[in-house]
Amino acid sequence: MKKLINDPADVVSEALQGIAAAHPELRVDHQHKIIYRGDAPAPGKVGLISGGGSGHEPLHGGFVGVGMLDAACAGEVFTSPVPDQMLEATKGVDSGAGVLHIVKNYTGDVMNFDMAAELAAAETGVEVVSVVTDDDVAVKDSLYTAGRRGVGVTVLLEKIAGAAAEQGRSLVEVADVARRVNANGRSMGIALTSCAVPAAGKPTFELPETEMEIGIGIHGEPGRHRVPLAPARDVAEYLLDPILHDLDFASATGVIAFVNGMGGTPLIELYLMYHEVATILDKAGVRVARSLVGPYITSLEMAGCSVTLLRVDDELLRLWDAPVRTPALRWGL
Amino acid sequence: MTALVDVEALDRWIREFAGQVAAHKELLTQLDAAIGDADHGANMDRGMTAVVAALDGSWPANAALLLKQVGMTLVSTVGGASGPLYGTFFLRMATASGEVTALDGQAFAKALRAGLEGVVSRGKAEAGDKTMYDALAPAVEALEGTLSAAAPLTEAPTEAPTEAPTEALTEALRSATRAAEDGRDATIAMLARKGRASYLGERSVGHQDPGATSAALLVAAAATALAQS
Repeated sequence: MKKLINDPADVVSEALQGIAAAHPELRVDHQHKIIYRGDAPAPGKVGLISGGGSGHEPLHGGFVGVGMLDAACAGEVFTSPVPDQMLEATKGVDSGAGVLHIVKNYTGDVMNFDMAAELAAAETGVEVVSVVTDDDVAVKDSLYTAGRRGVGVTVLLEKIAGAAAEQGRSLVEVADVARRVNANGRSMGIALTSCAVPAAGKPTFELPETEMEIGIGIHGEPGRHRVPLAPARDVAEYLLDPILHDLDFASATGVIAFVNGMGGTPLIELYLMYHEVATILDKAGVRVARSLVGPYITSLEMAGCSVTLLRVDDELLRLWDAPVRTPALRWGL
Repeated sequence: MTALVDVEALDRWIREFAGQVAAHKELLTQLDAAIGDADHGANMDRGMTAVVAALDGSWPANAALLLKQVGMTLVSTVGGASGPLYGTFFLRMATASGEVTALDGQAFAKALRAGLEGVVSRGKAEAGDKTMYDALAPAVEALEGTLSAAAPLTEAPTEAPTEAPTEALTEALRSATRAAEDGRDATIAMLARKGRASYLGERSVGHQDPGATSAALLVAAAATALAQS
């Protein structure tokens, strides 16, 4: 597996050095592997922190900045950060207005954030509320699984909740907006290739040239099943069918349609996919209010994409349109 | 009853486990690649290497301090699900052990039971979910069962009062190791219901659980290290 790295053990810390050098408006705590907004804690503002395994860039560090996250904790590749990091970030962004933890629903992430919230309660007076994202319809949400995974909706939630916090809303109000976003979003992904964790050095799973993996997550974990390689218009149906069956999108005022690249698929293919997605949505009577196309929540060099739909009302749309200035999302400023 | 597991023996157990994890790092990662995300070997090895480094630089005065140091180091260095789960296991063991310089067999078994309960409360796993619980729980049961079966004998007057309990614990840890390994092997046929492997549904069947595999190493390390007492 060819990679632009030095030592596999140094990938995360060296990438953080690059982020610090490229984005002087951010502040990087290299010891705790935390990326902060340069002016954190922003006075009077609810602090938003997230974090997770590395390898999903630009998530989460690329979404730190005005109108989005106040801090992001970077774990090892595909491994949740540890509670010490979230605790440190919580203290670092609290201005007295409380801190929202945005957690993707993975067993490790949830446990480590839980321990961090317990420590924050025991060691500091910081008020912490956690919101968990679980939008992946590929996973059955039942007693027999760890529950649906948090994927594409996490990006949209960090933007929309970030805007709510930037307006000066309270912790309870920001958490409420965040939960509404999660409840109204659904995602589904597909892989054309696997990906290689630097420390492992070889692809996590084998995928023949003639097949694709449906229902993948963002950690190179295999999906639900494999099907023969198909044209993009069929792939769009594979992804949208379960999403449209899971939630009524046609009756919504509008949706944000998000075609996300998994890391190894070029933008030309993502736009081609977006065309197929928009065509199906039009036929299904779903009104697209806004779109987002690009690699925003990735799985290293995996080729493939995911589709996320989010039902939005006027308020969520205004928050989506509000100014944002981060390395990966930037408009209105 | 004679004290069998002193701080030095606990230290040997942890170092033996670290050695076992390092020796089986590739295997743990391969097992995780099949049904998870290919990081269990690297994560556990990073954590246990940090644990050994922490133990090298300190001389814990009692069982609680040593086990707490192990738990805190794992929580702070492993990440993923294994960090909180193994970390909580040792932190609960520390609380159950108390600030004593040595544990007898029963007290050691009681501490392991407390650790197991910590894993359950943190991870919400049940028997048959295809997790580390499926190796740890049978091991703790076997340890308790063998020790209580041996207890009447050790209480009887004997010429060599210190040997009988040592043998009883050694035998109990051997049976615990067999139970852990049987439990680990039984995960192959299980359908995962917790953690990342649960996303695979039916496709998780036929693969040995990496967490159960490292948990079996933990029990085997106890048998190896404490038999040297």
